Amino acid sequence: MSLADTGPGTGLPGFRAGAEGPAADAGWTDRPARKGFFTDTSICIGCKACEVACKEWNGVPQDGLFELLGSSYDNTGALGASTWRHVAFVEQRKPLGGQRTGVTDLGMPAFDKPGAVADPDERTDFRWLMSSDVCKHCTNAACLDVCPTGALFRTEFGTVVVQPDVCNGCGYCVPACPYGVIERREGDAAHVPNVGVAQKCTLCYDRLREDQTPACAKACPTESIQFGDLDELRQRADRRVAALHEQGVMDARLYGNDPDDGVGGAGAFFLLLDEPETYGLPPDPVVTTADLPSMWRRAGLAAAGLLAAAAVAFVGRSR
Amino acid sequence: MSTPNPPGGPTTPNPTGRDDARNPTAGREGVPGSQGPGPRTGEGRSGGRRRGRGGRGEQAVVPDATFTSYYGRPVVKASPWEADIPAYLFLGGVAAGSSLLAAGGDLTGRPAVRRAGRIAALGALAVSFAALVHDLGKPVRFVNMLRVIKPTSPMSVGTWILSAYAPGTALAGAAEVAALLPWSFGWPGRLLRASARPGGIAAAVIAPGVASYTAVLLTDTATPAWHSAYRELPFVFVGSAAAAAGGLSMITAPTAQAGPARRLALAGAATELTAETIMERSMGLSEETLRTGTAGTLMRISKLSTALGAAGTLLAGRSRVAAVLSGLALLTGSVCTRFGIFHAGQASARDPKYTVVPQRERLDERDGRPAQDPAGS
Repeated sequence: MSLADTGPGTGLPGFRAGAEGPAADAGWTDRPARKGFFTDTSICIGCKACEVACKEWNGVPQDGLFELLGSSYDNTGALGASTWRHVAFVEQRKPLGGQRTGVTDLGMPAFDKPGAVADPDERTDFRWLMSSDVCKHCTNAACLDVCPTGALFRTEFGTVVVQPDVCNGCGYCVPACPYGVIERREGDAAHVPNVGVAQKCTLCYDRLREDQTPACAKACPTESIQFGDLDELRQRADRRVAALHEQGVMDARLYGNDPDDGVGGAGAFFLLLDEPETYGLPPDPVVTTADLPSMWRRAGLAAAGLLAAAAVAFVGRSR
Repeated sequence: MSTPNPPGGPTTPNPTGRDDARNPTAGREGVPGSQGPGPRTGEGRSGGRRRGRGGRGEQAVVPDATFTSYYGRPVVKASPWEADIPAYLFLGGVAAGSSLLAAGGDLTGRPAVRRAGRIAALGALAVSFAALVHDLGKPVRFVNMLRVIKPTSPMSVGTWILSAYAPGTALAGAAEVAALLPWSFGWPGRLLRASARPGGIAAAVIAPGVASYTAVLLTDTATPAWHSAYRELPFVFVGSAAAAAGGLSMITAPTAQAGPARRLALAGAATELTAETIMERSMGLSEETLRTGTAGTLMRISKLSTALGAAGTLLAGRSRVAAVLSGLALLTGSVCTRFGIFHAGQASARDPKYTVVPQRERLDERDGRPAQDPAGS
């Protein structure tokens, strides 16, 4: 195998993976099928086993002790340097598909007496959205594109991984990511590994190389997190959405599955039951480097202008 | 936003009612104990969510943009960069402009302009390097920047631009410093003197790249206020560099030699102010981060200071006192521009509005859905 650690698009890329996928673009000749996650949030039960399994397997340090964020059962907050899986909890007064709970008032958690506030019509309208978020392992990954050291690289599985012993903590990948996933780890370097280095989900690169399922998917008790070959997962997701629509859950939609979207399709994509922004996901992310050729042209023009202005300033009047 | 996450519901109210089921009560939900007789339209929720943000004396004429977010939390992450980076943006610009003035002074017989320009470029470059290394999470691994050459990474390209720019700048600057010292340094001193002109010219040729690539460094991110400024920011930055370096030369060189510095400063100030105006019109929603908070204050000072410096240069540039004051004003303007744009970007990343609203509009337009009223834009 060969590894070009400049990632896809040595030279200004076309911002679409070739037909062979991003691993081929990165120079892998002997490569397995592209791997990814399909996270079906319609069957997530919010158990956070994925968060725990990820931390245990990858040795990810704690990301805040006993912090209550006041956001339903989510006290994790967001993805970050030490949070590689994050389960979001969204509470809504809305029925889930055609569900009939038969409960007079399941209600929202509140200090009021049950049924004291809600209108009779909406008493049974309650749904709890849970979704386990993760690095998207984009086909056109901004973090990888902008990394100046080659610490971020494309694996043979088409995933995006940081080499913590190469990363110098420049932090450029952090604002580059359109999903706010990758982050530089802060903390006491005496007790915490990889402080000062960018960190994120590796899609369990070590496990993949041993033909093992990533820790989060392995731990998921409902198979909300499904791991496999990306092509197969995309077909499975299409079937699942169709089935849900048939059952009357018209809110079901896929997110990140389209190879023609702004990041060339995500390696980790989702089935959601509401708009992406409800879950803290960007509705229409575009890899920033898509505009980079234009940026370089304009910077070149500006530089030429500065050179010309300086030359002209010295020509003409003698003083 | 600097305020802690308010215990708001997962959704910000959406009075435009694209999704009736989500309104009008969505904003109250998920807040234990908040189900009292609250506002049915949820109007107050957005007030809670954006409480503390630039509220001083700023009465919104139009209502805040309504959008959905996850407990008001950011979607993208703000860069972990601190003052090192905007300081480098300024100093890199000063170095670049100074190298150009120094080479011009060298070739047209303006020794004071040459000397001050070379020393300024060397000093600004040295502090720039210190700032860039200090900003790293692992400063000892700075050399890892030299492992690869990546056109997709403005920071990689910038590293190589600086690597090409530094030797000539160092030679020319060192020659000037050596000439000020009372020793002759023997044959190394003669070699240094001989290499000063080629070094200085080589630096001047690369200098415009040093001044303009930093714009791409910021705009090639998902930070809304930076990315949306990508068309004009290179021109703002080279203008700012020219104004600052011209201003510095007006301070350090006698007025009789500083004509080119004055002209460069004027051209730079005019370019910066013009490009900023165009930029503000093309950025869309995130433009408001240039008007509010820390960034707003800095940008107001920047524009005023740059305009005053330019006016002083134009009207009284041949007076020594006016030249020094105008030069200081131009330098102040440049510092504030760099810090202002830096802080605007950070603020735009911390508020999900600037990420979600433009993307939602784009998506709705593509899907042929009726455009939501982007009330806050």
